[in-house]
Amino acid sequence: MELTGAEIAVRCLQKEGVEYIFGYPGGAVLHIYDALFQQDVVKHILVRHEQAAIHAADGYARSSEKVGVALVTSGPGITNAVTGIATAYMDSIPLVVISGQVPSFAIGEDAFQEVDAVGITRPCVKHNYLIKDVRDIAPTIKKAFYLAKSGRPGPVLVDIPKDISNQKADFAYPDSVSIRSYNPVGKGDSTQIKRAVQLLLEAKRPMIYSGGGVVLSDASSQLTDLVRLLGFPCTTTLMGLGAYPATDKQFVGMPGMHGTYEACMAMQYCDVLLAVGARFDDRVVGNVEHFAQVQRKIIHIDIDPSSIAKRVKVDVPVVGDLKLVLEQLLEELRNSKQKTDASDMAAWWKQVDEWREKGGGLRYKNSTEIIKPQFVIEKLYEVTGGDAFITSDVGQHQMWAAQYYKFSKPRRWINSGGLGTMGFGLPAAMGAQLINPGETVACVTGEGSIQMNIQELSTCKQFHLPIKVLSLNNRYLGMVRQWQEFFHGNRYSESYMDALPDFVKLAQSYGHIGIRIDKPADVEPALKEAFARKNDLVFMDFQTDPTENVFPMVPGGKGLSEVILSEDL
Amino acid sequence: MRHIISLLMENEAGALSRVAGLFSARGYNIESLAVAPTEDPTLSRMTIVTSGSDAVIEQINKQLNKLIDVTAVMDLSEGEHLERELMLVKVRADTAQREELKRITDSFQGRVIDVSDRTFTIELSDTCARLDDFLRAIGRNLILETVRTGASGIGRGERILKL
Repeated sequence: MELTGAEIAVRCLQKEGVEYIFGYPGGAVLHIYDALFQQDVVKHILVRHEQAAIHAADGYARSSEKVGVALVTSGPGITNAVTGIATAYMDSIPLVVISGQVPSFAIGEDAFQEVDAVGITRPCVKHNYLIKDVRDIAPTIKKAFYLAKSGRPGPVLVDIPKDISNQKADFAYPDSVSIRSYNPVGKGDSTQIKRAVQLLLEAKRPMIYSGGGVVLSDASSQLTDLVRLLGFPCTTTLMGLGAYPATDKQFVGMPGMHGTYEACMAMQYCDVLLAVGARFDDRVVGNVEHFAQVQRKIIHIDIDPSSIAKRVKVDVPVVGDLKLVLEQLLEELRNSKQKTDASDMAAWWKQVDEWREKGGGLRYKNSTEIIKPQFVIEKLYEVTGGDAFITSDVGQHQMWAAQYYKFSKPRRWINSGGLGTMGFGLPAAMGAQLINPGETVACVTGEGSIQMNIQELSTCKQFHLPIKVLSLNNRYLGMVRQWQEFFHGNRYSESYMDALPDFVKLAQSYGHIGIRIDKPADVEPALKEAFARKNDLVFMDFQTDPTENVFPMVPGGKGLSEVILSEDL
Repeated sequence: MRHIISLLMENEAGALSRVAGLFSARGYNIESLAVAPTEDPTLSRMTIVTSGSDAVIEQINKQLNKLIDVTAVMDLSEGEHLERELMLVKVRADTAQREELKRITDSFQGRVIDVSDRTFTIELSDTCARLDDFLRAIGRNLILETVRTGASGIGRGERILKL
């Protein structure tokens, strides 16, 4: 039977098992919206801005193992979506974004709401397609899902001109897909695995550095087994939090710009570094020349060869799917008669523990007068039993959430690590809540970030999403203010947020509950009250200390061992 | 160091801009880029002349391989290879200069493919360096127009870039 292009597109989504799509209608996608209207398998979530559609699909993907799907119109629809697409691209999140395009006969004529969607998104997608024939819709969507999810995941855009979505063709969804120029890797090279195991067993000061790849590959249990089997210290990057339980003794905290002293020092002074699905980001290793001053052997496991030896020299590269490579490593280790040297390990742990003591872990000076933001996160951890899905926006609150919420499960910590997109938190929480109904989802944000996508409070009302929003309101763009204090002579150029709304009334006007919390003593009761309201979105406006800074800190351009512990040190 | 990289990619709209965009987005050099379909019309063959440190060239190779439309990449400069570039040069050729221009053209195995009252158009195919030599031999004063295709490269002997 012949179907229209729009009907075909929707049938493809059904075949892919898509339960929710996030979108916003417009002229070029009217046929697709009409096709959506006439079925009830794929449920559409109407956001209030296209950026939020992509972030919501992104949060949906990050908090599950699924591909997030979004639908936007041409022109401003797709340009609004670009920030969301770039966010997903930087963090390797599998998304399929369908955009409408002006009719194919009008392309290139500067038609109403025309923009070169494929051109404008090219640098921030894994791949993209402009459909030129209605018969290509089904195979292209099949490819889009395959590309998004396989190999190093990422967003894929399918741009469909309006006339093509109204043309007819026979519908047949391909069972399988193969792309001759694209062959994602599986297992790692066995010779490299042997070399890696040899290095690990001979190490005197070994360190395991894991990243977001472990979460994406669902290799958390393999990583945990490996760390425990070897008995080495383990750090996870901002993107990897939760892949290894933060409460475990072998966990030394997050490394990098706002990492712990012990994680920074162990990264710097280890003699063998096993990097697992992490990419030696500038926020993690700081100054690469400084990092290279210390001799160490580096084993780097990654699915993307271009991540290996990009910023640091690597001695043993292993290209493969982490889950499979870690299983290979575990097997090789279990079969090996050689063991690590117990006295070397004891000496190394003694050193790591000394760093732990010197760094004093994560600490801040609490107050009975003014709410410290770290205190709010500690209480959030307690009240939610450490088991909530936590999304964040970008800035100081993001770092405090990462530091003080001790994530012990993968996919619970959802933040924009690579692109650093303010406005990510609330829509990402919507996606996470939809795919995890009944679970606790909280968005840790600030008064700056939340205003970048605050309109989504309306979406939350429409779809009954009982998200808990914790705004750490310090009246400043806090991270900007911190850098201005340290590096720009206390000249707070445009970082003060004047004329803030009354967030309690704002939340109420959207039909939600708003609470303002001014005193430290009220923090825990407010959180308990909010989280007890299982069916309501509660917006908590915490009036926090505007002068609080994030520590430890490796200043930009400095090396890991140049970490500053706190103001009084 | 100068590298000459050959690649095969899907002959699809936008494939060229993916490669060009990659180079500009990541700050890599392109000295020249030549592309055309192969005997298999679904594939295009591209030759890129670039330069950079070993680390940069390694990244260029990896990043090219990562493009979904790219099916095979070979750094020709890692082994024995041949390269040729086609150049068309229009020169001022008044009666007094004609003899000398023909002599230079012959010595570079070039051909005069168009003659007018006051101009010659010369065709020359050789390595990029030899083309530079030819232009120097003619001298800037006489050159009216230069069109170069950029280098095309191929491995020597059994060194073959195939799908």
